[in-house]
Amino acid sequence: MKVTVKYFGMIAESAGRTEEVLDVVSGTSAIELKDQQVQKYQIQDPESIQLAVNQNLDNKVELNEGDEVAFLPPFAGG
Amino acid sequence: MRYDRQIKLDEVGVSGQEKLRNASVLIVGVGGLGCPAAQYLVGAGIGRLGLIDHDRVSLSNLHRQLLFTEKDLGKSKAVVAKSRLQQINSEVEIDVFEEPLSIDNAENLFQLYDIILDGTDNFETKYLINDACILIEKPWVYASIYKNEGQLSVFNFQDGPSYRCLFPKTTRQNISCEATGVLGVTPGILGTMQAAEVLKMILGAGNVLSGKLKLVNVLSGQDQLLTISKRVEEIEKIKNEGIIPVRIECKISDESKLYLDIREIFEQPRVNSGKVLQIPLSELEDRLEEIPKQEEVLVFCQSGKRSKKVVDLLKAQFEFNNLINVEGGVETIIDG
Repeated sequence: MKVTVKYFGMIAESAGRTEEVLDVVSGTSAIELKDQQVQKYQIQDPESIQLAVNQNLDNKVELNEGDEVAFLPPFAGG
Repeated sequence: MRYDRQIKLDEVGVSGQEKLRNASVLIVGVGGLGCPAAQYLVGAGIGRLGLIDHDRVSLSNLHRQLLFTEKDLGKSKAVVAKSRLQQINSEVEIDVFEEPLSIDNAENLFQLYDIILDGTDNFETKYLINDACILIEKPWVYASIYKNEGQLSVFNFQDGPSYRCLFPKTTRQNISCEATGVLGVTPGILGTMQAAEVLKMILGAGNVLSGKLKLVNVLSGQDQLLTISKRVEEIEKIKNEGIIPVRIECKISDESKLYLDIREIFEQPRVNSGKVLQIPLSELEDRLEEIPKQEEVLVFCQSGKRSKKVVDLLKAQFEFNNLINVEGGVETIIDG
């Protein structure tokens, strides 16, 4: 199944893109997707990263076809 | 009259203007976010505004902190901001605090205001604002910037989520606008949006961004609005234990070398291993005798700019020929 992944802040730099469509195994959870992408792009400090699935910051969910998953890092500039 | 254009709006009116006049807001950090927020709040006729900032105006602030001019270089940001803001609106009462926000003063200071506006640039202070606001039950308006992106939310408003509900775990990667670079307009936009959230809360108008995280990308033009869930356990922890200080620590990569850290004590990450002399730039003149002259000392700051000045100055004026600047700053000498 296909999901759209959006990367923000320094994660977008690690991934070299701000968005991509991934083909993932049916039944993949948001957390599993995060682990895969963290490995793939060597994303730093994964524990601090929050996920939003379909604009909802609740990452304890199983993904469905067409879902949008945002990877959000904390940042503090001002 | 002064407020005619906003009183004409249904959301304001004469009664709304009265609400603004009776309201008070504390701005923590009068920088890229705090300057525009302060300008609009003062323009709108907020009754009382507090400004807390221990920093001084520097040349590299001027492209985004538009309350300051070339004449203000080296002066206290809070003091200069107050005088400029009083020129915009002398009816607003403005309090100035030329000190860092700390675990010791946060709660007492916040008690004096209705709403807290976060104009800071580090995680330590954002968590401090969050925890103090939970303890004394005040809402705060959050914004953060990374390059061309911004995050915006209102926390602890009417039993809504807190910053710890959004980010229960922080990161060591505290990268400031000084380090990454930023267009002046980006904090300008985010700081102005923070002021809008303050006005909405006071007026009871529109949808306050409580329980929402707004993501702004100035370059792509694409914004997102995400829903934040409340994590009751994070809020209860603060209510039970009080403010939990966030201290971002790291280890030095090469522990055989001697280092001099000239950053101020609030700058993160703190280095807690190896041989590191910690003498903040503000105390350096009085503590020169603590720096050895016989062995090689690697001097570092956040980005490598201040430390370069220090190395050059100590060599020229105090005959330190053993100092080497760490180009690229602290991030280049610590374990990632």
